[in-house]
Amino acid sequence: MVGLDFDKPINDLKDKIKELKDFSENANVDLSTEIEKLELRLKKLENDIYDNMKPWDRVQIARHPNRPTTLDYISHLFTDFIELHGDRGFGDDEAIVGGIAKYKGLPVTIVGHQRGKDTKENIRRNFGMPHPEGYRKALRLMKQADKFNRPIICFIDTKGAYPGKAAEERGQSEAIAKNLFEMASMQVPIVCIVIGEGGSGGALALGVGNHIHMLENSTYSVITPEGAASILWKDAAQAKQAAEKMKITAPDLKGLGIIDSIIREVKGGAHHDIKEQAVQIDEVLYASLKELKGMTKEELVNHRYDKFKNIGAYKNS
Amino acid sequence: MIKGIFSKSKKLKYATLPSELSKNEVPEGIMTKCSNCKKIMYTRELQKNLKVCLNCGYHLPMKAYERMNSILDEATFIELNEDMKTGNPLHFPGYEDKIAGDIKKTNMNEAVVTGTGEINGNKVVIAVMDSSFRMGSMGSVVGEKITLAIETADELSVPFIIFTASGGARMQEGVLSLMQMAKTSTALKRFSDNGGLYITIMTHPTTGGVSASFASLGDYNFAEPGALIGFAGRRIIEQTIGEELPEDFQTAEFLLKHGQLDAVIPRLELKEKLSLVLEMHQTGGDLEW
Repeated sequence: MVGLDFDKPINDLKDKIKELKDFSENANVDLSTEIEKLELRLKKLENDIYDNMKPWDRVQIARHPNRPTTLDYISHLFTDFIELHGDRGFGDDEAIVGGIAKYKGLPVTIVGHQRGKDTKENIRRNFGMPHPEGYRKALRLMKQADKFNRPIICFIDTKGAYPGKAAEERGQSEAIAKNLFEMASMQVPIVCIVIGEGGSGGALALGVGNHIHMLENSTYSVITPEGAASILWKDAAQAKQAAEKMKITAPDLKGLGIIDSIIREVKGGAHHDIKEQAVQIDEVLYASLKELKGMTKEELVNHRYDKFKNIGAYKNS
Repeated sequence: MIKGIFSKSKKLKYATLPSELSKNEVPEGIMTKCSNCKKIMYTRELQKNLKVCLNCGYHLPMKAYERMNSILDEATFIELNEDMKTGNPLHFPGYEDKIAGDIKKTNMNEAVVTGTGEINGNKVVIAVMDSSFRMGSMGSVVGEKITLAIETADELSVPFIIFTASGGARMQEGVLSLMQMAKTSTALKRFSDNGGLYITIMTHPTTGGVSASFASLGDYNFAEPGALIGFAGRRIIEQTIGEELPEDFQTAEFLLKHGQLDAVIPRLELKEKLSLVLEMHQTGGDLEW
């Protein structure tokens, strides 16, 4: 597993404990007291590090190559998933996946950004950065959900909409804007979960929900820390500082009243235990849907309207 | 190069005129030859495999009633408007004879069969086009039968499913044929606005006026692997733009890549997939919620 800078001491200690265990087994020497001591130290170290994570540490976890993706959670949380492709106009953008499935017996529509797990898949999925046709596919599936009265679940995980020539030619801005506009009037529950990086408009285009939840170590921001640093201080290397200042972590967004809840993450990050992480998401998703299912179509639309109406800070002089 | 010369001379040497019989269907015999890989296999085994070649996986054309049998639950099919027959509205020379010939050859009155039935217990209205009748082309009868099927689905509040296979508009019915595109689409719009679920499965070939109307209007557009789907014919496009088109041009896989299809579904998985989609559209099934 790829290690991160900030939790390197933990991984080093884990390796040492394993080494000792192996040695004691092979050489038939009793080292149990030493091992016990080290394990205690490990526990303390884990608590120290994981309970005091800096925003930049969270950015690292959110970007971890092994971090579970939309399709991982789909396979753990839903049954009978049928993937549906295409925007019926230009292409099938694999940076966004979508389809229908059952959630505890309830038919739902799922859309989400999709990163690749390796280089080959990342090229196919454009590192989870969608083109306009990706957003148009998402909208097509959401409209279908609206027609057939199915709740919509969005998984958000992208550095941002792809900044490319073709994307501009085909109307990246229009595609994102249209999603914000149309999601506003959907008469079904929309639950959005930020599972990794929530990068700017490219993330928000799947984010106009009744409820928005974030995994503890995910981020949601107007721009990547690198982008912010280069705009503000003309120096992308100051990303770490930007990450602190921009308020991009789940606790930050909870504090700003933007998200509804923080989904607790497995110690050290979701990639340590996908199954357990799915259980954590399941609890929040179920409660969320249960609550929204109790609303009428009109209440759902108004609820979403009020939610976004109330975001923003200003002074009246 | 040398190879090319060989095959050419060979062709010349053994040129034969196809008999009337071979021009049509391969006669139902003990053995059937796959039209793609040319392998010869037992007809019975091939039919058991829903006419998917046991060697190369090629999806051979299915007759309308074969399709009904492969998709619907046993003894649930009730045919609608089976007696409706084509006239010759434009007095097109030779049209009546051609229709009469196809009726005799196919044992069907027109290029589409419609009716009601059940898919794993899910009630549906279903239409299946058959390319062995006038290349599945759409004239007044095809348009009318499909429209009536849509209206029936609307009245019964059940999903409408269609298997398309068509060369396009029926030339012999001229502009009447063209207007069937609008007629079927108008009916589908009303059905959709009433909340109706419409699923299309495009099979080989789905082209011209059929692909440019009801075939492309599904809430879900599916296709069988390898099916040819497109508006204008390959030859016309090549002549118009003066370039050669890629090998996979206008195949189901090509359309999937270009955003036109929800999914390409192999025939052997079709019934289960369809049944799953239908199940997810049943209302009142989420009582525990």
